[in-house]
Amino acid sequence: MVGITSYGAYIPGYSLGRDVIAKAWDFPSAPGGKVVAGMDEDSATMAVEAGLDCLTGIDPKTVDGLFFATTTAPYKEKQSSSLIAAALDMRKDIVTADFTDSLKGGTTAMRAAFDAIKSGSANSILVTAADCRLPEPETMYEYQFGDGGAALLIGGNGVAVDIKGFHSISDEFTGPWRAEDDSFVREFEVKHDALYGYSKNVSESVMGLTKKYGLDLKDFSKVVFYAPDPRTQGKLAARIGFDRKQVQDSMFMSIGNTGTPLCLMMLVSALERAKTGDKLLLASYGDGSDAFYLEVTEENENVRKNMRGIKGHMKGIRKIESYGKYLRFRQLLERDRFSPYSSTVTYWRDRDAEIPLYGGKCTNCGLIQYPKGRVCWNCKGKDTQEDIKLPRKAKIYTYTLDHLVGGDYLETPVPRIVVEFENGCRAFFEMTDCEPDEVEIDMEVELAFRRLHEGGGFHNYYWKCRPVRG
Amino acid sequence: MPGIKDRVAILGVGCTKFGERWEMDAEDLLVDAVYEAYDDAGVERDDIDAAWVGTLYNGSGITGCAVADPLKWFGKPATRVENACATGMEAFRNACFAVASGVYDTVLACGVEKILDAGSRGLPGVGEMGHPVIGGGVSAPGMFAMMATRCFKDYGWEKEDLARVAVKNHFNGAKHPKAHFRKEITVDDVMKAPIIAWPLGRFDCCAISDGSAAVIVTTPEKAKKYKHKDDFVVTKSNVISVHTMMPMYQPGYEFLGFPATQDGSKVAYAEAGIKDPKKEIGFAEVHDCFMISELLHYQDLGFCGKGEGASYLKDGFFNIDGDIPVNPSGGLKCFGHPIGATGCRMIYEVTKQLQGRADGHQVENPEHKYGLAYNLGGVGSICSISILGMP
Repeated sequence: MVGITSYGAYIPGYSLGRDVIAKAWDFPSAPGGKVVAGMDEDSATMAVEAGLDCLTGIDPKTVDGLFFATTTAPYKEKQSSSLIAAALDMRKDIVTADFTDSLKGGTTAMRAAFDAIKSGSANSILVTAADCRLPEPETMYEYQFGDGGAALLIGGNGVAVDIKGFHSISDEFTGPWRAEDDSFVREFEVKHDALYGYSKNVSESVMGLTKKYGLDLKDFSKVVFYAPDPRTQGKLAARIGFDRKQVQDSMFMSIGNTGTPLCLMMLVSALERAKTGDKLLLASYGDGSDAFYLEVTEENENVRKNMRGIKGHMKGIRKIESYGKYLRFRQLLERDRFSPYSSTVTYWRDRDAEIPLYGGKCTNCGLIQYPKGRVCWNCKGKDTQEDIKLPRKAKIYTYTLDHLVGGDYLETPVPRIVVEFENGCRAFFEMTDCEPDEVEIDMEVELAFRRLHEGGGFHNYYWKCRPVRG
Repeated sequence: MPGIKDRVAILGVGCTKFGERWEMDAEDLLVDAVYEAYDDAGVERDDIDAAWVGTLYNGSGITGCAVADPLKWFGKPATRVENACATGMEAFRNACFAVASGVYDTVLACGVEKILDAGSRGLPGVGEMGHPVIGGGVSAPGMFAMMATRCFKDYGWEKEDLARVAVKNHFNGAKHPKAHFRKEITVDDVMKAPIIAWPLGRFDCCAISDGSAAVIVTTPEKAKKYKHKDDFVVTKSNVISVHTMMPMYQPGYEFLGFPATQDGSKVAYAEAGIKDPKKEIGFAEVHDCFMISELLHYQDLGFCGKGEGASYLKDGFFNIDGDIPVNPSGGLKCFGHPIGATGCRMIYEVTKQLQGRADGHQVENPEHKYGLAYNLGGVGSICSISILGMP
């Protein structure tokens, strides 16, 4: 049996009410809100978050590959999955690949992972998907697009969701697109896409799947479709012949359309409530469609206890109160950008301290220190330190709220904190996803992988801290 | 170790007005300070055998040419030194060693910094180096603010305690003709000022200023032939102690004081033969880059016990008419901190106080005790202490 052995999700910590957008543009208001990634987040950092969630309690060194699906890769040339794998502290002798440029990339990566495991070339592969699509201000997309990520661990041992089959469609169809130099997602005719792109592709893959495996539409307790918006999704479900109760909520009211990871996030949400033996249907859309026939095993009960998933992440999401703040979140304002000094050489040399966050443990006196040094802080032993992975949580030892900052920040003052880990190790970070006045000594924080700055013209990723999320 | 005690005499001192010296560059400032020191010492340019100059920013001058070029003083040994905010005293320290070693007779120590050409919004960075992500980003006020936050928690200090340092130093500095700020302030003024890095507000931080100071040293024997033959002061100790630039990564570090200063002051007192600094130090010019620093200096220098800095200050112990006047000049709070110049300015101040020449801000009976100058560098990383007294 090959299937999903673990799953996780990530939802950024802030949401923007659609009423705020309506007010900004004097539009008719729309209900609900959408989740917006912070200024220091991108699709790769969100994939790291989802991956960490999925790998809760699992040794990342046991995973044989990492796939990343997105339409908003941080680089045009340079892989993201290698970065995500490093941040997750995975081995180096693994396969990494980016599945880009199509909203159905997540399910395609899932299919590729299934094939690799079935063929015996890997025991498990982590499939991550995240998107941070920029909608043009003052358009319908601005109401619709949210940001987020999902991760599924595909393997043969401890399967929680059996992948019983799949069927794919490829279609040359120009729905939403971004050309080489476009910043915003474009669309020529939404109604045409809904009828001849989305509806046609998804029904073809679903009908193909049910025919291939001799399934009845009623066999499925939940059908998980990609959904550009709830109305279009409802129409499609009706057109195929599903009952409304079967259709998995697309979380449009609370999260928005997250693009590539959307159907996987919906799947995670479905699995949080699914019963053993439930049959699920998963279908993506984008230049065709991939449909999956899934069956929940009893192992799902154990798996869903471990992670935050959708439910856990939805707790304690903060509101972006103004449209101006949203513009800052998505860097939609023209302003001078500050780039501190950086060097790909230094960044490469200290990669273990920066990306998987390793410190040093002195084999002579036992002191744990960060970053790893040649000489021990305590016993002064030379070259006595061995690598040690730092924990994900720490406590604030002292802090400042710094107004005197160079660079781009969502919030000033910037909380800067000295933390102490449970093992006594100290380190120094910025806080993110918090209001400065929440910060206090002894507060528990957790580490979050973020894009720090663009020094040297490349993305300088590093860890920050945030209040522990629900 | 023979040490430096009584082996070096100060022949003369000079100092520019500190402040926003828009119309002057590093050359102008250095020339003014050094020529004032020549006059005060009663020496001429060609009497100088060697020079040490302190600058932190390359824009204020690099290499020994930072002093040779402005003075058109060529063909002589000149060296630039840098030790972060303790750069000025590093120039003085090296000049003293040059004299004590017997290699040179008359040596110039000077420091200059021209910072405002980079604007007044905080200290500029020190160049295109450093780690891309680890340890980066924090401002100087931010670093010291993290000490204050922890002291608030562990010592129960409050923002008002920091404010009293600023009020005291402004009271003193208002009387100093060369200070950047010459205005008395109140605790209320300090409390209302905008925050720079919580809990430090604008009056809890020293300003960005330009300036230069210079000191000419020789041996006590030779000093007897010069202008200040009857009132020259001598070195009693000259100490530097270096700790870490990365205290935020140091396991177990308390953030309640500066280990460099705790270590350095012990060595300094031992070299000077001081057994009880609280009784034997007459007054001190200390590095009040931030008002939290000065509160911690009282403790680290042994003027009071751990956690007692704020209450001693409140009781007037460090006032200009108190037991140990601290920063009778007004300190960095009123002078600002042109990095390379500050340490030499402290030597200028302590010398003038000991000689009874500190018009308007003179401490009482300084000649019976020692004067202490203390320059701090980095994030409490480098402590440089010079104790001066009469021969």
